[in-house]
Amino acid sequence: MAVRDCDYGTPLSDSTQTVSLEIDGFKVTVPEGTSILRAAATAGIQIPKLCATDSLDPFGSCRLCLVQVEGARGLPASCTTPVGEGMKVCTQNDRLAAVRKGVMELYISDHPLDCLTCSANGNCELQDMAGAVGLREVRYGYEGENHLNAEKDVSNPYFQFDPSKCIVCSRCVRACEEVQGTFALTIDGRGFDSKVSPSQNESFMDSECVSCGACVQACPTATLIEKSVVEKGQPEHSVVTTCAYCGVGCSFKAEMKGAEVVRMVPNKDGHANHGHSCVKGRFAFGYATHKDRITKPMIRQKITDPWQEVSWDEAIEYAASEFKRIQAKYGRSSVGGLTSSRCTNEEAYVVQKLVRAAFGNNNVDTCARVCHSPTGYGLKQTLGESAGTQTFDSIRKTDVILVIGANPTDGHPVFGSAMKRRIREGARLIVADPRQIDLVKSVHVKADYHLKLRPGTNVALINALSHVIVTEGLVNEAFALERCELASFEKWKTFVADERHSPEALEDVTGVEARLVREAARLYATGGNAAIYYGLGVTEHSQGSTAVIGIANLAMATANVGREGVGVNPLRGQNNVQGSCDMGSFPHELPGYRHVSDATTRSLFESVWGVTLDAEPGLRIPNMFSAAMDGSFMGLYCEGEDIAQSDPDIQHVHAALRAMECVVVQDLFLNETAKFAHVFLPGASFLEKSGTFTNAERRISPVRRVMTPLAGYEDWEVTQLLSNALGYPMDYQHASEIMDEIASLVPTFTGVSFKKLDELGSVQWPCNNEAPLGTPTMHVGTFVRGKGRFLLTEYVPTPERTSSRYPLILTTGRILSQYNVGAQTRRTQNSLWHSEDRLEIHPHDAEDRGINGGDWVGIKSRAGETVLRATLTERVQPGVVYTTFHFPESGANVITTDTSDWATNCPEYKVTAVQVTKVTSPSEWQQDYREFSEEQQNLLEHRLAAVD
Amino acid sequence: MDIENLVKMANSIGDFFSAEPDRELGVAGITQHLKNFWEQRMQLAIIRHYEAGGEGLSDLVKTAVGQLAKAHSPQR
Repeated sequence: MAVRDCDYGTPLSDSTQTVSLEIDGFKVTVPEGTSILRAAATAGIQIPKLCATDSLDPFGSCRLCLVQVEGARGLPASCTTPVGEGMKVCTQNDRLAAVRKGVMELYISDHPLDCLTCSANGNCELQDMAGAVGLREVRYGYEGENHLNAEKDVSNPYFQFDPSKCIVCSRCVRACEEVQGTFALTIDGRGFDSKVSPSQNESFMDSECVSCGACVQACPTATLIEKSVVEKGQPEHSVVTTCAYCGVGCSFKAEMKGAEVVRMVPNKDGHANHGHSCVKGRFAFGYATHKDRITKPMIRQKITDPWQEVSWDEAIEYAASEFKRIQAKYGRSSVGGLTSSRCTNEEAYVVQKLVRAAFGNNNVDTCARVCHSPTGYGLKQTLGESAGTQTFDSIRKTDVILVIGANPTDGHPVFGSAMKRRIREGARLIVADPRQIDLVKSVHVKADYHLKLRPGTNVALINALSHVIVTEGLVNEAFALERCELASFEKWKTFVADERHSPEALEDVTGVEARLVREAARLYATGGNAAIYYGLGVTEHSQGSTAVIGIANLAMATANVGREGVGVNPLRGQNNVQGSCDMGSFPHELPGYRHVSDATTRSLFESVWGVTLDAEPGLRIPNMFSAAMDGSFMGLYCEGEDIAQSDPDIQHVHAALRAMECVVVQDLFLNETAKFAHVFLPGASFLEKSGTFTNAERRISPVRRVMTPLAGYEDWEVTQLLSNALGYPMDYQHASEIMDEIASLVPTFTGVSFKKLDELGSVQWPCNNEAPLGTPTMHVGTFVRGKGRFLLTEYVPTPERTSSRYPLILTTGRILSQYNVGAQTRRTQNSLWHSEDRLEIHPHDAEDRGINGGDWVGIKSRAGETVLRATLTERVQPGVVYTTFHFPESGANVITTDTSDWATNCPEYKVTAVQVTKVTSPSEWQQDYREFSEEQQNLLEHRLAAVD
Repeated sequence: MDIENLVKMANSIGDFFSAEPDRELGVAGITQHLKNFWEQRMQLAIIRHYEAGGEGLSDLVKTAVGQLAKAHSPQR
């Protein structure tokens, strides 16, 4: 695929009316509102331009795209002039040529003439325009005052800013404003002194810039350019693939030189991201070729033994023999496997198939257990499908946005930008979060209501909102009566109308002023199209599933489901959370969310897989740990998940892993879990394999192999080898064959194939005979389960209570530059922004304890103790402290407890009672961890080489 | 399996279904949840605990586990 896309100059008009005009004698018909510049481009007529690009609104500053319009005065800029019916446009004549040449002369008079050695050589719009206008001389000379000696800013690790090459077209400034919504850049000064300035004339690194790359993408010259391009030169081909970070699932072009990725550029045809990106997807791909990658299989009998590099055959044979031995000794249910939300659909599918067909049990689970399993449960129970209801683009028609327990600008940055854009356009915003996240107040964004609730009181707050809606007559009765189960609706109304659910009665519980709750409820119910976006701040609680149910109740009661602009939208944490769940990774469900006890579904799979399937649910991840501790679960196949860092009450997890007789880890790195492993099978990064990811909006997008797997195999091939060694044959030749099998077995996937994804780019399930092009909006006309079902959501306080010993509540979260357990982003320069996890504490709580910013503080809970440095901030409320969990040595999960969601066992990461004190040394756990980790690193470094 | 943890988990399931005004429906909800989501050795462990007096189980959950025990009896 070519590296450079066609740039139409201005955005596509979404008008359904068309206008016909004549350009250079050719008749052109385009949507009303289209610019002349874009209309010409659609007809293959290229009008010179510099300040215009189709990702930004027209600006009309460069004066290069001037045209002549019959009957009109002067030479209008074609980027800012919309087409008109019957208009006759001339794009090339002597007068226009003279003007354009004059403009270019001025630009070039203050531009270095180093094209041959310039890093943008071959991909520079200024160079192209000089050629297009036929510039042969610059009458003004080059000796006048200029900017050629302006100092380069190389502070950002991923791109540089060379003001000597800047033509002050403002594309970068506008990209930062319109696309990203950060407003970090401005044009400082006037006239000749005009220059691009990050924040208040700071370096990029010190400014508010979030390194999304939008400015670099927009720059027409080498002013803002990736350092990788400066170093390696221009890429020569590209492959469209899907980002392996968060649940937005951005489409990217991997721009390559041979087998090397030069840069990742957001795909402007990407349906989830429309050409935008964040610092992770855009720049943090270096982990894929990091020196820490392990590319040879390794085995050892005990975790205190040195690793032995072996051949693939030997490693697979050893793993299989161990699983067989364990099953022979402890029984069929003594082993299991974990799929990963970081892996493809096809990989998740074959891992669960291996567990069910080769192990012969349902002991398969996935990391969604610890993030969005309550979403699966809650939405299935109420709406009938374990998935979000909308597209990301749906927000363009939203009038009221309710964000609960999510931090989109950090966790889902590209969608966060879309959300901010809609807010700038006038949408109202309600944020329910214990912390002051950026959406509450940032440049040109301010929440109408910040419901700053106490951690652990989501259900109480949702009940209070529901109470207001029911008791003030704001329910859409007609919708509920037509679309929902009448009895459940009536029961729910009676339940929430009870005075104990009123905002006033719950004020002391939630900590949110009743007046704010009432006003927010009215806004949600009556403000037009209202959409709920929620994240792990909803699910990772002892009542996570209850809160999801409560959210669905709210949407049904107010008719905010079943059309564009509304809905219930879980923001999935990792790239393939939705997909791994769809693929049957839970121990109670076969692919397509069908319970294992359903004989009809089982027989369907049995006929294709050729085995008898277990009809009883298997163990969930925390149940596996408990069973390991009592000696009945002794072998684990773990692909792409790092349970020894990410799961709660980590000392219990470590003890369980130590108790197992065979732990097989398939991963890119010797992650924390691999330190407890007996077999290490090298994994492949997303750049090394084919498959699909499914994002938070149910969008299935292609993952395309751009380089050979460093260890020789794609991950599904490794699973296949293991299955064959276990005695259950698999014979897929390509990931597409796995998807074909999925399509044959899962009703919502029957229309999905790699061929279709090549044709459409991506597709949202259900994709089948009824919806061959996919389903952007769910529950239109009727709910998937038929009638929507209201369920009662009694607020039950978490058992994790504060006390005089543990007076503060710890809650955990994420940060923009790091991703999940950090295995990928810690191996990139993203750590320059966040090199350690810190404890955020309110200044009042800090003062009470004599803590200053930067002090080492001990955080002690009922489960354990760790030590972090303190950051004093009013983002957290008094009584609440906050940290991230991106670094294993931080031990955030040493503190978290085994309390979990009642329905799904999703851990309660968001509420842990703690005490914080000033300390001078690491905790005992940290000292033990450091010793163990160093020992394991030593065993890796001194691994025995394979004997050929 | 750690019975203390299983009791805690069962009671938290009971807390959700206790909102149901029709007690029988609430009990049936708990029983079905245990059948749908608890692995066999967990189900058997909580049944054994129930049969030994069910210490720590809420009344609603005790009744539900009793129903679960009946469903299991032909298999045991």
